[in-house]
Amino acid sequence: MNLLTVKDLLNAEVLCGEENLKKEISSAFACDLMSDVLAYVEDNTLLLTGLINPQTIRTAEMMDINAIVFVRGKLPNQAIIDLAKENDIVIMTTKHILYESCGILFNKGLKGASIMHK
Amino acid sequence: MSTVNLEYKVAKEDFSKAGEASSAIKKTLKKLGVNSKIIRRVAIVTYEAEMNIVIHSFGGKIYVEIDTEKIKIIARDTGPGIPDTEKALEVGYSTATHQVRELGFGAGMGLPNIQRCSDEFSIESIVEDYTQVESTIYIQ
Repeated sequence: MNLLTVKDLLNAEVLCGEENLKKEISSAFACDLMSDVLAYVEDNTLLLTGLINPQTIRTAEMMDINAIVFVRGKLPNQAIIDLAKENDIVIMTTKHILYESCGILFNKGLKGASIMHK
Repeated sequence: MSTVNLEYKVAKEDFSKAGEASSAIKKTLKKLGVNSKIIRRVAIVTYEAEMNIVIHSFGGKIYVEIDTEKIKIIARDTGPGIPDTEKALEVGYSTATHQVRELGFGAGMGLPNIQRCSDEFSIESIVEDYTQVESTIYIQ
C-alpha cells in the first residue's frame, strides 16, 4: 500500500512529505509508547500514534520509520513538523481514533508489523 | 577505518533536545558506511541511554568508540544513581514521572532495550553520585 492510499483511506491531512506519498509501506505498528516502538519494530513500517512530541519523530528516525499518522485529530507544532522534514519523514493527521484507523487500514490489507519476542 | 571517537553532552530535563546526540551518532555511522541493522541497534542503545540521562540524572555524556570490530557506547551521568541496578533491568520497573510517561517513555523498557541490543552490557552506579552504562555491539 502506498502512503497516498493511506491518506485517502483515513481522510488524512498531510503535514509534511507530500512529495513522498508514492512510497510503499508493507506493514503498520500502532502505539503511544515509544519504548515499545524501540523494542519491537524490526522492519520499515507505518507508525500510528496519538503522541505528538519531538520524541515521536526521534523514535521514528532511530528506527528508520519514514511515515507517521497522528490519530484523534492531533496536530503537532511547527518545530515537530520541521524535525520530520529534516529527517525525510512523512507525517499526516487523521480525525479517526487509533482503533478505527488501524481497522480501516487492516481491512484494506495492510498487515501489522512482524515483531520480535524476546 | 581507524578508530573514531565521538562525545556528546546531554542536559537534564531538556526534552526538546533529547535525541539530538543519538541523531548525530546515527548520521555519523551512516557516513562511515556501517551496516544498517547494526546502526539501528546502536541507535536504540544511544537513544534509550540519552532519554535516561535527560529523565533521571543531573546531566551526563555519551561516548562512542567505533573501530573495525565493534562499536562501544558509554553513557555516564552524575545524579541520584540507581540503588538496585538488578531491579532497574527488569522489564516494567520504572521510577519515571507522569510527565515522562506522557512523552512515551517511563514504562520500564529503557535499560532492558539497551541490554537486548548489546553484545556486551554492563551497568554500575553509586547512589547520589553517578550511573554508567556500557554497551558493546560487534560489527559482523
